[in-house]
Amino acid sequence: MVEILEMIAAGQTDFRTTPMPRHKLTKAQWEQAADDAARGHVSLLGLWATRGAVHMALMDPNSHAVGVFSLENRRKGFPSVARLHPPAQRLERSITDLFGMRAEGAEDSRPWLDHGAWKITTPLAKAAPREGDAPDYDFLPVIGDGLHQVPVGPVHAGIIEPGHFRFTAQGETVVRLEERLGYTHKGIDHLMRGASIARGAELAQRTSGDSTVAYGWAYAQAVEAALGVTPPPRAVWLRAIMAELERLANHLNDIGAICNDAAFALMLAQCGTLREQVMRAAHAVFGHRFMRDVIVPGGVARDIDSAGRGMLEGLVHDIARDFEPLVELYDNTPSLLARTVGAGILPVDLAAQFGAGGYIGRASGRDFDTRRDLPYAPYDKLVFKVPLRSDGDVNARIWIRIEETRQSLNLLGELLRSLPEGDVLVPVSPMKEQREGLGIVEGFRGDVLVWVALDARGRISRCHMRDPSWFQWPLLEAVIEDNIIADFPLCNKSFNCSYSGVDL
Amino acid sequence: MKNLLLKALIRKPLTEAAPAGGDLAELGRTLEQETRRRLGRSLAIRQVDAGSCNACELEIQATSNPYYDLDRFGLHFVASPRHADILLVTGPVTRNMEVALRRTYDAMPNPKWVVAAGDCAIDGGCFAGSYAVLDGCNAVIPVDLTIPGCPPEPAAIMKGLVALMRGAGETALRGKSAGFRPRSGK
Ligand code: SF4
Repeated sequence: MVEILEMIAAGQTDFRTTPMPRHKLTKAQWEQAADDAARGHVSLLGLWATRGAVHMALMDPNSHAVGVFSLENRRKGFPSVARLHPPAQRLERSITDLFGMRAEGAEDSRPWLDHGAWKITTPLAKAAPREGDAPDYDFLPVIGDGLHQVPVGPVHAGIIEPGHFRFTAQGETVVRLEERLGYTHKGIDHLMRGASIARGAELAQRTSGDSTVAYGWAYAQAVEAALGVTPPPRAVWLRAIMAELERLANHLNDIGAICNDAAFALMLAQCGTLREQVMRAAHAVFGHRFMRDVIVPGGVARDIDSAGRGMLEGLVHDIARDFEPLVELYDNTPSLLARTVGAGILPVDLAAQFGAGGYIGRASGRDFDTRRDLPYAPYDKLVFKVPLRSDGDVNARIWIRIEETRQSLNLLGELLRSLPEGDVLVPVSPMKEQREGLGIVEGFRGDVLVWVALDARGRISRCHMRDPSWFQWPLLEAVIEDNIIADFPLCNKSFNCSYSGVDL
Repeated sequence: MKNLLLKALIRKPLTEAAPAGGDLAELGRTLEQETRRRLGRSLAIRQVDAGSCNACELEIQATSNPYYDLDRFGLHFVASPRHADILLVTGPVTRNMEVALRRTYDAMPNPKWVVAAGDCAIDGGCFAGSYAVLDGCNAVIPVDLTIPGCPPEPAAIMKGLVALMRGAGETALRGKSAGFRPRSGK
């Protein structure tokens, strides 16, 4: 245990401003690291492969120091991390599908992203043409009296992303839920390979559309760190303004949508109205409702003027005024609370084990927010409180969002007041050598991690993006147990995990 | 709640009457006329995400918020393809979604129309050329109308539906294909 922690401490640099070093591990050390993660001595932030190697990003949960660890010269396989630390499971299954490297000793070796529909196999290694038809997917067996199965998806009833849910129920009560995702797999990792830095930014911002800004920023951080570029202060402030607008829009949308799934449509209409106001302001000030392609490595692609600033100040004022009555409405509607309180409880220990980020973790006692704990400019200069609860039910996840909505409004006010003058973009050029960088940004859903390797010409040789949902989706399976099927939409909405972000 | 409802009664509706030169209201009227002419009462839309980044979905959802209120024109989203007239597709059509998309389309009764919303659904957008996608909806089912954008804004989605209804109406009146092909039989 000491070994890995010491390595993290020894290698500690500010990973957001300098290239990220990698610690090369022996097989035994790799297994030790997995064991440390399982025991909670270190937190697993990410697990990915490059050709012939696997890598882990680990964090010391006390000092919040971060390190990247590699096991190299592995063509065929690597010792499974999930064998000891289950949160790594889907990441490993994806590595096997994309790189053909097996996770040795893993309990579950079923394919994950590869549904048998691609014309090739192992697209990121030496891709081979596929032979034969797509095999059936073996859902885990469930044995017991009076059980029946309800398959749902990939096409759902609402306007949401596709995924398959296999419920096993006894009467109305869910005994087990098994998720099957991968339907939106677009091959983003493959498209990233060999891409220019600008093309990479385009793809990053289209990985999970609701988190356009968070991805754009995390990607920019990784590239800037790799190349030793520091974006100008004004650009950094503008990024934070966009990030808080994005958080605001999504939290408002979620609060309305969760209540709507508890059959309280009034809240959806009201919150939807506020969210639309945010989107329109984003469009007016940054030229795009999702603020797409505004963040570029080196800074931001467009500045705002005093009119834009005034408009955002007006928005913050209006939303702050109109949001509070909605909070009151939520708090004073017993029929609504009857649905949300006590539904879909995520136990504190599971949230900790999986390192669940965002409102999911913070509603279940995981006191972690990248903005505070792995601080980056401008949040290192701002004062804010990270809301925390431990009841872990749908209600708790709503309240965390409510608190964060208020906080985003405060932060926006502060950011607009303190917006520095100056340039918003500096040039970014390749370094004539291989460089690697790490970026981590707090999106509305949790921490988005991006690791990028650039070649001497500044092309991307590998870019790995780890959505917060990797460590949240599996928890939904646990949360729904013993709830009735009819409460699934409610629980699911309160999680609001990204499909596209994990399917890649 | 009483206060909120009271306020809603007193204040002007948010739903936009005529922003930006009467665009939306005009749009709404045309849409309603076309819908009525074509189908008498209303038009049911089934949306399928065939691998989008989810921003296209968010904008489609937004067409139901009080500013746009798509429902008032008799256009509504339905849960089952068997109730749908229009299939609204987003995403580059991943190979992993190909079967589900085709099955959804096949489950819809005739006549039916397909709208590809967003650059991805049109030709794969920024994901075109990947081993995992089919570069747009047309590779799997015939598209009647495209709505470009990344993502298309809610107003553009509404405009697109008007265009579709116009085209469909004209086709029906002239009894020949005018670029919009109402599908009948297989
Ligand atoms: S068109 Fe743009 S917004 Fe729509 S799914 Fe594709 S990348 Fe996302």
